[in-house]
Amino acid sequence: MAKKAKKGALLRILKYVKPQMWLVVIALICAAASVLLSLYTTVLIGDAVDCITDSGADFVAMTPILIQIAVIIPLVMIFQWLMYFCTNAITHKTVKMLRTDAFAQVQKIPLSYIDVNAHGDIISRVVNDVDAVSDGLLQGFQQLFTGIVTIVGTLCFMLSLNIEITLVVVLITPLSFAVAAVISKLCFNKFREQSQLKGELTGYIDEHIGGQKLVKAFGYEDSAQEQFDDINERLNVCGRRAQFYSALTNPCTRFVNSLVYAGVGVFGALRVVSSGGAFTVGALSCFLQYANQYTKPFNEISGVVTELQNAIASAGRIFELIDEKAESDDSDNYVLTSCDGKVELHDVSFSYIPEKPLIENLNLLVESGQHIAIVGPTGCGKTTLINLLMRFYDVVGGEIKVSGHPIKSLTRNSLRSNFGIVLQETWLFKGTVRENIAYGRPDAPLEDVIEAAKAAHAHSFIRRLPQGYDTVISDGGDLSQGQKQLLSIARVMLTLPPMLILDEATSSIDTRTEMRIQSAFDRMMKGRTSFVVAHRLSTIREADCILVMKSGHIVEQGNHTELMAKGGFYSQLINSRQENA
Amino acid sequence: MLRLARYLKHFKLHVSLGPACKLIEAIFELIVPLVMADIIDNGIATGDENIIWQGGLKLIIFAVCGLSFTLVCQYLASVASQGVGTLLRRDLYAHINTLSYREIDRLGTPALVTRIANDVNQVQTAVAMLIRLVIRAPFLVIGATVMAMTIDLKLSLIFFGCMIAIVAIMYPIMVITVKLFKRQQKSLDGISRITRENLSGVRVVRAFSRQEYEKQRFEETAEEYRKFALKAGRINALLNPAIFVVVNVAYLLIVYFGGSMVSVDGLTQGQVIALVNYMTQISLALVVVANLVTIFTKAAASSQRINEVFDTKPSVVGADSIPETDENAPAVEFRDVSFSYLDGEDAEKSLENVTFSLGKGEVLGIIGGTGSGKSTLVNLLARFYDATQGSVLINGADVKSFPDKELRRIIGIVPQKTELLSGTIRENMTMGRADITDERIYAALETAQAKEFTDNLEDGLDARILQGGKNFSGGQKQRLAIARAIAQSPEILILDDSSSALDYATDAALRKALRKLSMTCVIVSQRANSIRHADKIIVLDDGMVEGIGTHAQLLRECEVYREICLTQYTEQELLEQEKEG
Repeated sequence: MAKKAKKGALLRILKYVKPQMWLVVIALICAAASVLLSLYTTVLIGDAVDCITDSGADFVAMTPILIQIAVIIPLVMIFQWLMYFCTNAITHKTVKMLRTDAFAQVQKIPLSYIDVNAHGDIISRVVNDVDAVSDGLLQGFQQLFTGIVTIVGTLCFMLSLNIEITLVVVLITPLSFAVAAVISKLCFNKFREQSQLKGELTGYIDEHIGGQKLVKAFGYEDSAQEQFDDINERLNVCGRRAQFYSALTNPCTRFVNSLVYAGVGVFGALRVVSSGGAFTVGALSCFLQYANQYTKPFNEISGVVTELQNAIASAGRIFELIDEKAESDDSDNYVLTSCDGKVELHDVSFSYIPEKPLIENLNLLVESGQHIAIVGPTGCGKTTLINLLMRFYDVVGGEIKVSGHPIKSLTRNSLRSNFGIVLQETWLFKGTVRENIAYGRPDAPLEDVIEAAKAAHAHSFIRRLPQGYDTVISDGGDLSQGQKQLLSIARVMLTLPPMLILDEATSSIDTRTEMRIQSAFDRMMKGRTSFVVAHRLSTIREADCILVMKSGHIVEQGNHTELMAKGGFYSQLINSRQENA
Repeated sequence: MLRLARYLKHFKLHVSLGPACKLIEAIFELIVPLVMADIIDNGIATGDENIIWQGGLKLIIFAVCGLSFTLVCQYLASVASQGVGTLLRRDLYAHINTLSYREIDRLGTPALVTRIANDVNQVQTAVAMLIRLVIRAPFLVIGATVMAMTIDLKLSLIFFGCMIAIVAIMYPIMVITVKLFKRQQKSLDGISRITRENLSGVRVVRAFSRQEYEKQRFEETAEEYRKFALKAGRINALLNPAIFVVVNVAYLLIVYFGGSMVSVDGLTQGQVIALVNYMTQISLALVVVANLVTIFTKAAASSQRINEVFDTKPSVVGADSIPETDENAPAVEFRDVSFSYLDGEDAEKSLENVTFSLGKGEVLGIIGGTGSGKSTLVNLLARFYDATQGSVLINGADVKSFPDKELRRIIGIVPQKTELLSGTIRENMTMGRADITDERIYAALETAQAKEFTDNLEDGLDARILQGGKNFSGGQKQRLAIARAIAQSPEILILDDSSSALDYATDAALRKALRKLSMTCVIVSQRANSIRHADKIIVLDDGMVEGIGTHAQLLRECEVYREICLTQYTEQELLEQEKEG
């Protein structure tokens, strides 16, 4: 399994490199040119030294050689630099593609995945794992290219001298590769574990630094530190092993070489003694020298191979994310352009966990322009209903139709953009106030943004921010929960889609402001189908139809007067307010 | 970077023994040719097979010794570098835990996450390389230079010139790339931030069909990262070619001047060759140095970023000893307190001249518009921020005179934004405190009206809570958060608008249950209903106190309060309430 994943990951990285084949070719050419030229300089320097005798130097012969060297030096420099230039470009392009693909996948995976998995782990894949691939590729390319060229060069050189000896040396080299192969297997598993642990650690930090205020409020620092230390220590142990195993390659292959060297030396020497002159001392020393020279680049390459294990292990985790089942393809689906706001639910059932049914046989018909209030005790399935309407989750049984179309036959984007939604949990991204409000309509002119902010009664506090609408805000920042909610409302006020979903949209807003926003909502909701989850009586009372939910079922349905008259669950809910007032 | 060198202190043995082992191995390596020469010179010459076998045995012993020493070095390097990384992560996290709200807001979670998860890695790699390579390369360079000096002082000037040139080249390259690497890491923060935002805001992104925009936003940051990486890479790639040029120019000079000095100054051809060989040795060592420089430059950039965190000092620091409190003093007292989130004299004040006191066991209600300063007041009371002016007292002692732990014990807070940590319900209730028994938890759950649904959970207190509490509804989460605060049995309980997601019936039952606890209670709410029966109500508007008193008093005297109430009650109801008071 691991082996297959490993091979797959490597091949897939290479696929990412493929579009830059021409850069790879240039890099190889440059590597070849710089290696060969620098080898040639060594030869030239030898020649120049030969011009010097103990009685003096032959400058007539030496000068042209020195000039030649002087010409070659800048050439080598340029080729070398170009080689680095290309490998740099290849690596960072590849890495960027990998990263954007991983992120694009984040946009496609179903919410069920995002809701359940630690966000920090996903972040670690996009940040740290891609970084590891980047490091591996950069080193890999640079050493691999020069290594290959050196090996090929030395091989040619040796072949030109003696074919027999060359063959013997070539036959011996796989030994060090075998050693490297064993080690890299060890490494791969450890590196994999290591990047998983890094994911876990990132998950922990992300959650606990993100919730730092909570940690502080409860004096949870010591416990948090303990848990952190636990993961940290596991990472330490694993990282130590991973690093040690990967650091084994070079010494071990060198050890094998030394053994080979000793063996060749002993048997060669015995051969010289026993052959009585057929195999000379000179031949032996030549043999030894080449064996030495030839194995060096191999050692380097096998070293790179183990370093690459880290990159491959990390790549595996990135591809895991990229391969995560995406929301089903909907590009051929109908694009909902004109929507009359009619919504039907037929026999809808749903559950997050198969064993625990949450919504069962839910039927509902909402005529266009109707205002629906959803009430019920917490945990009864109100938010789930919204998840289903927006197709954040797909129904398990039954069907939902919008404007006469089953929502599964529509593109998700066209369905969702017909809904304006304000969620219980506000979300702001790091950007200016204006960008945050104009999230659904980025090209909206400032006047429209201000208009929307005024309607949401956010204008007065925005105006008092240091840079007004250009103030950079973020999710953590200094805005109060209520202010964040006002911005979320302004966001929807700006887009004005045909249907609205307000899930506790005003829960953190004071009632005076809420009243004022309500009038803006009323104006906005006129002629638009709307679903409102709220606790406030004033909001509920005005609805055309109130759905009273209890443990996943609609237990009552009707308008306020009807339901109060009925004296059922709804009237109990409402009366409890008065009683306890 | 030097500041982080203190972490090496914990690994003195590793840092000294590791390089020593590496050195011993190098010596073994140098002996090998001598042994081989012995085999050839003595073994073959005399034809004595014993000498050859002995020589072979020596070679194997040396190889084994060499391998052992290297392995020891590699092992020590792994332990020390991972150890330093682990300690650094631990201390960073511990330091982050000491920071107060203000600093966390300023630094931002994603940037802190990348620092712990990514920047520390760069430092870690540098430590490993330090142990493995750093002694060998300079040793070779200095050794070769000293040897050159023994041959010819004048010509050794070339060696010195060569070294000066290399330092002159390396230094600016390092200075420039450190800056670029830093910016590169900073874009990594951005990548991490956008990924994080998209995971937490996935519903909003999809609801507004903004996936393409988010992809583009990500791609821009990824591109920025690529640009900095490329730029840094290109400049960094100058190192090797530059070294090549310097070394080869040195060759030229040695041959040229050496040549002209032969016979004139009594220099021999052999000595010139020896100088060339020493230069070769230097050039090989310098390739390693170039690699090290790259790694250290990256580590330096990361160290600066890590030190930025260490240099951030918490603005709120607890006292060392528990202050003397006054039994008869009010539980809470504010004396002319003002606060601004921003620094500077003319910064917008979020709270201005607030003065009030609250007796033990009393209930304080705080009401006011969105952004009127309610949460700020609570944050000052719990000392998440320090007042810009005036003082906050608890039990007669200034909040600043309490140690953090003591303050957390006295104050239990339910924050406005409900946050639960992933883990079991029990873990969330105890928050690491061993003295909180299951009975206490059950009692707290009961008070918080959470028992009805926790009792239905299969695993009871061991039921899992996903990150962010995603497997619980908004109202359930709020009740768990309330139970958590109660379970700590604080002297002062703060509810910061924390029943907004509860329906009226549950909210009322909760308040009833709370009253039985007879804790000093601070309730922030939008609902007049929730605070009506408080002993004292503070009405805030725009950071100013508009009125303090009981419900009935305020109805009569405070215009703002009356307005708020009018949005929630009918005129008739208010008149009755006024009379009751």
